[in-house]
Amino acid sequence: MSSKMQSSNNIAQARRTVQQLRVEANIERIKVSKASADLMNYCSEHAKYDPLLMGIPASENPFKDRKPCTIL
Amino acid sequence: MCDQTFLAITFGPCDNCSQNKPLMNIYLKNEPINYCSLCVELMACQGLAKGETTNTLKAESESLKAKLEEERAKLHDVELHQVAEKIEALGQFVMKTRRTLKGHGNKVLCMDWCRDKRRIVSSSQDGKVIVWDAYTTNKEHAVTMPCTWVMACAYAPSGCAVACGGLDNKCSVYPLSLDKNENLAAKKKSVAMHTNYLSSCSFTNSDMQILTSSGDGTCALWDVESGQLLQSFHGHSADVLSLHLAPSETGNTFVSGGCDKKANVWDMRSGQNVQSFETHESDINSVKYYPSGDAFATGSDDATCRLYDLRADREVAIYSRDSIIFGASSVDFSLSGRLLFAGYNDYSINVWDVLKGTRVAILFGHENRVSTVRVSPDGTAFCSGSWDNTLRIWA
Repeated sequence: MSSKMQSSNNIAQARRTVQQLRVEANIERIKVSKASADLMNYCSEHAKYDPLLMGIPASENPFKDRKPCTIL
Repeated sequence: MCDQTFLAITFGPCDNCSQNKPLMNIYLKNEPINYCSLCVELMACQGLAKGETTNTLKAESESLKAKLEEERAKLHDVELHQVAEKIEALGQFVMKTRRTLKGHGNKVLCMDWCRDKRRIVSSSQDGKVIVWDAYTTNKEHAVTMPCTWVMACAYAPSGCAVACGGLDNKCSVYPLSLDKNENLAAKKKSVAMHTNYLSSCSFTNSDMQILTSSGDGTCALWDVESGQLLQSFHGHSADVLSLHLAPSETGNTFVSGGCDKKANVWDMRSGQNVQSFETHESDINSVKYYPSGDAFATGSDDATCRLYDLRADREVAIYSRDSIIFGASSVDFSLSGRLLFAGYNDYSINVWDVLKGTRVAILFGHENRVSTVRVSPDGTAFCSGSWDNTLRIWA
């Protein structure tokens, strides 16, 4: 490869980086406090449906062992 | 044995010189154009505005990076764990191994749950892909791939097929039949072709499309029926190790993480990299979306897991301890997003409180590195696969 191709490669790459950075710099952002509040709200709303968080009785969990039955 | 492999880019007539060559899908002023690589370079040389050299472009990219940091810092008014101080701390967790799936002859590298919440597909280093019934621990199907190190496997949403791939640089789809005697390998369909190993694959919302990531630094979206490349995603500068699709309500995006320490968020329709995060200090091994789709977590070789919020466009939490020095290989959220399960190379699984940033439990049991951790679709249990050749179901 001649050095001209090398430098044009770098230029093409640099242009792409600049274009990508321009796109990224212009996106809409919100404050961390608002984002955190939303994450917390989602957690609280869905906490009751989360079996690993709340724990469900062994009889309803297909993976937990049931107590052995004794035949009288 | 030589496998013919092709670059994950389109092949066809160049818009400029009309020769049939591999094309680079690039965007000029937001218009997609297909030029061959030679024409792209020539165009870059000719299209330079007066005074535009590598130096001015470099200077501009530096100033844009600084501006980006500034914009992000402006909105950093508080930390997530500070906001989370007012919620109750979680109680003690008792999670035990409820099932141990033994049968792989070598390291388990990847696993996935079926949407019926009971079947699991797992793949290992020796090329075996096994479908298990997690309730009974019975093996339902087994396939031997022609390659070793099957690093990626995925269950189709319908439950009727599995996709897997690894060092063969391909992703193959095997339709599962109810007839146990049927030879699965005969029905195999090669879908994706990369120029380096397949690190991760995932079906989109249907059985018809697969998203793959590869050691060649690209991700790609394929049509299963025709094997055609629908979209390719370029932007990582090193191997892409993991990807995860956004939960369906939030639209057509996915996140990928790689050895270049970056986590990128992509738009599936345009192929554009919409957001990029680079705060990890080493390879990112695993990425997973938060259940709401507004954030994602990453696990990395730098022994930390981090949470990035997409709307705030920054890292909002780090999950680490001085006592943890081994890399995190895999992460997954519980159903509500309050818990983060992370498998580490020190054979343990740590459970983190996502909001408060503290560790709530540490689970021992595996006798070698934990390579993969996934929560079941209904959230009742999670499964971990390890280099000790077993999978464990914890509840």
